[in-house]
Amino acid sequence: MMCPDNPKIKEMLRTIGVSSVNELFSDIPREVRIERLNLPDGKCELDVKKEIEAILKKNKTTDDIVSFLGAGIYDHFIPSAVFSIIGRSEFYTSYTPYQAEASQGMLQALFEYQSLMAELTGMDAINSSMYDGATALGEAALMCARLSHKSEFIFPRTIHWEKKSVLDNYSKGCGLKLKEVGYNAENGKIDLKHLKELVNEDTAGVYIENPNFFGVLEDEIDKVKEIIGNVLFVVGVNPISLGIVKAPGDYGADIVVGDAQPLGNPMNFGGPLLGIFGCRKKWIRSMPGRVIGLTKDANGKRAFCMTLQTREQHIRRSKATSNICSNESLCAVATAVYLSLIGRDGLKKLAAINISKARELAQRIDGIDGFKAPLFNAHHFNEFVVSSSLDMDVVDEHLREHGIQGGIRLNEHFEELKNTALYCTTETHVAKAHDALIKALEELV
Amino acid sequence: MNYHQSRYDEPLIFEIEEGEPIKVPNYPIKDNMIPKNLKRKGLDIPTLSEESVVRHYTRLSQMNYGIDTGFYPLGSCTMKYNRKVMEEIAGWREVTNVHPYQDDAAVQGSLEIMYRLQRMLCEIGGVDAVTLQPAAGAQGEFTGLLITRAYHELNGEKRNEVILPDSSHGTNPASAVMAGYDVVEIPSKAGCVDLEALSSAVSKDTAVLMLTNPNLLGLFEKDVVRISKLLHDHGALLYYDGANLNAIMGITTPGKMDFDIVHFNLHKTFGTPHGGGGPGGGPLGVKKHLEKFLPIPSVEYNGSKYHLDYDRSHSIGKIKGFYGNFNVLVKAYVYIKLMGSDGLKEVTERAVLNANYLKARLEKHFDIPFKNHRKHEFVVDGSKLKERGLRTLDLAKRLLDYGFHAPTIYFPHLVEEAMMIEPTETESKETLDDFVDAMIKILNEDVELVKNAPYNTSVRRVSEVEAARNLILSMRMYEK
Repeated sequence: MMCPDNPKIKEMLRTIGVSSVNELFSDIPREVRIERLNLPDGKCELDVKKEIEAILKKNKTTDDIVSFLGAGIYDHFIPSAVFSIIGRSEFYTSYTPYQAEASQGMLQALFEYQSLMAELTGMDAINSSMYDGATALGEAALMCARLSHKSEFIFPRTIHWEKKSVLDNYSKGCGLKLKEVGYNAENGKIDLKHLKELVNEDTAGVYIENPNFFGVLEDEIDKVKEIIGNVLFVVGVNPISLGIVKAPGDYGADIVVGDAQPLGNPMNFGGPLLGIFGCRKKWIRSMPGRVIGLTKDANGKRAFCMTLQTREQHIRRSKATSNICSNESLCAVATAVYLSLIGRDGLKKLAAINISKARELAQRIDGIDGFKAPLFNAHHFNEFVVSSSLDMDVVDEHLREHGIQGGIRLNEHFEELKNTALYCTTETHVAKAHDALIKALEELV
Repeated sequence: MNYHQSRYDEPLIFEIEEGEPIKVPNYPIKDNMIPKNLKRKGLDIPTLSEESVVRHYTRLSQMNYGIDTGFYPLGSCTMKYNRKVMEEIAGWREVTNVHPYQDDAAVQGSLEIMYRLQRMLCEIGGVDAVTLQPAAGAQGEFTGLLITRAYHELNGEKRNEVILPDSSHGTNPASAVMAGYDVVEIPSKAGCVDLEALSSAVSKDTAVLMLTNPNLLGLFEKDVVRISKLLHDHGALLYYDGANLNAIMGITTPGKMDFDIVHFNLHKTFGTPHGGGGPGGGPLGVKKHLEKFLPIPSVEYNGSKYHLDYDRSHSIGKIKGFYGNFNVLVKAYVYIKLMGSDGLKEVTERAVLNANYLKARLEKHFDIPFKNHRKHEFVVDGSKLKERGLRTLDLAKRLLDYGFHAPTIYFPHLVEEAMMIEPTETESKETLDDFVDAMIKILNEDVELVKNAPYNTSVRRVSEVEAARNLILSMRMYEK
């Protein structure tokens, strides 16, 4: 309850012409009123901090355990300057830059994000963010339907099952039919023959992930392009890999999606993430989400503002290209700062380190009796499937006892992959981490 | 107030002189790492020194207005001050450096925060179950509509219409269409839902009515009980758009008003910062009869351990990867703990007091349609400005010169030249008075002066027309 004797409040009430704050709520019917919220009363900052500290202590962080988890969220090195910049409250306490003149900083930073990602992906335009890689894929499928007026969308079996569920939910509304294309059991790459069978005159778009969920690099991409011809081609990326892997724009992609969490955003137990969404110039007007454009002010000085807003929900309502409003702008700024700090050579090097480390780790695991890694005979990025003749539950439990978190298990969602797990390694793993894993696995034999 | 925003001729990051970058770990790299046909050709991103990057982005931040800079009365956006302790806690390594697929035993802290937040939001929303998965309000809406569809389908019904008032947020119709529904917009009467129009719109095809209460004019829909009865009598559901929840905490709940589904905007009501557009958080709450449709997983507690539960009979599945914007959830949890039952009610009371005070002071100088008291916000009709050859846009731009962010303008559409003002509870009487003084002063300023505003921001009035005409969305498009 606000103190009614406060002279300022009294004056405010007098100006309004009421005698109490309660009077301002007189239009709320008695029958919908509540007594009070059944929550404890507010606490001071000190008490709240102590309480939450005690709760969060129950978490194990990457400082406490060695983790080989990836599967869409990755533990990469983030330079301190990234946190320093996104911790500037002029950035983080601002709203969507509706008033361009007072928001040039955020607008230019987002334009730089768009530009950096456009360069990485080979697209002309990147929007200023989607929620994550999964929803970006959902939006891409809708955009393909919008552009092509066709009814089927083809996606590979080699994507994360969560992504598949999101794609399914995003496609329901417009009645887009989803068709799954299988993979080659020997090399984990897309099954070209199956793809050929699925593509037809009803195909609105084809999605390929590179690297795919198994960490496999799809190097038969030219053949994919050949099969799908002029059908809209959507490519999903891990942006770190683009330090050395060809930009999808250079192999025929029309739309690029993915998650830029690896570029300067912590894992945060799953969010916020940063959905990448880009496309070729000719499709820009059908794109979802906010975009920042370069323009001029009244004095002819270079300036930035949100543009193509007539595609968006606040103007176009039911005819908008998407319902997205709040996005992940601050994460996009983090990514712009990250890429600026890491630079051209740094990103190339990081991509190479990830590949080398994964290959070495896979070879070492493969050298242990009862393990095969990588399961698929192909080039990988920083993840690979490990299979074992041992019971994986036993393996995981044994690793846990050594403070090691094994890779994510696959059998529940890929019934053909019994006793397998997806292992990930990045530049954050010191040599000791790999040694610990190998030693623990060797103990099992 | 005399306000001057920093003004740099700041180059683009691509135009800054290259320098020695920070080092990445050293590691022996072999050839033949990727197939030849996948090898990248060029990579045209800059290579800069840390100090030049930090100076660049620091300068950009100084050309940006945030709630920490000053008053930000954007209607329907609830730009309240964001407590710093929330940022500090959200930055702890126990929050940031945890992978979502670690074993349950290794993430008991995260799960406990989520479980408790689910319970708190249930109480505040008057609902029985909450999912924390949606990343933003609009995604909460989309999730709620997918649940609506699943509910009716399970009942063997094919209902294809979503009813909305004409004053609803743009996300409402956009979400409805994405979920595959037809939109039926009903006109307002005296700023509220027209019961007659609603009665004639409701039919066996109605899946759900989406409503914000108080609505976008800041008016409480006092017929809400009759409205919910009408919908429920027709077998339809009621959806509560939580954008304006700041106006009713501790007074009523959406559940008490008989809504079946409600989303929460953590970045509005629960004081998590907006981050220049996001990340936000849009948890969704439902009554018991809809719980089985919620996305997976939910966070459950068995008396000794917390765990992620994927076993939900009729779940719609996933609407986003993983479990939601966890970092934002932590901030909202901190906020609710700081405020508590007493504090949240005080938030609402002060927000409503501030809005009505601002309205009372501005009323003498501006047209403010509808005479009743408001809840947390109100809409000014700026059409009189036209008599002087001005528009709401001009007034908004001139406000920037006085160090205030402009209100939401040209929305809702049912008020001409609309200015939608939401002061929130965290502003003092002095700030509100200064804002009113600036508004009045501008009314009496030279027309040309106002028309060419702003002057004190980092750039002068920005041409949106030019941006749309000559589309440049990246350096690639700039250089071409």
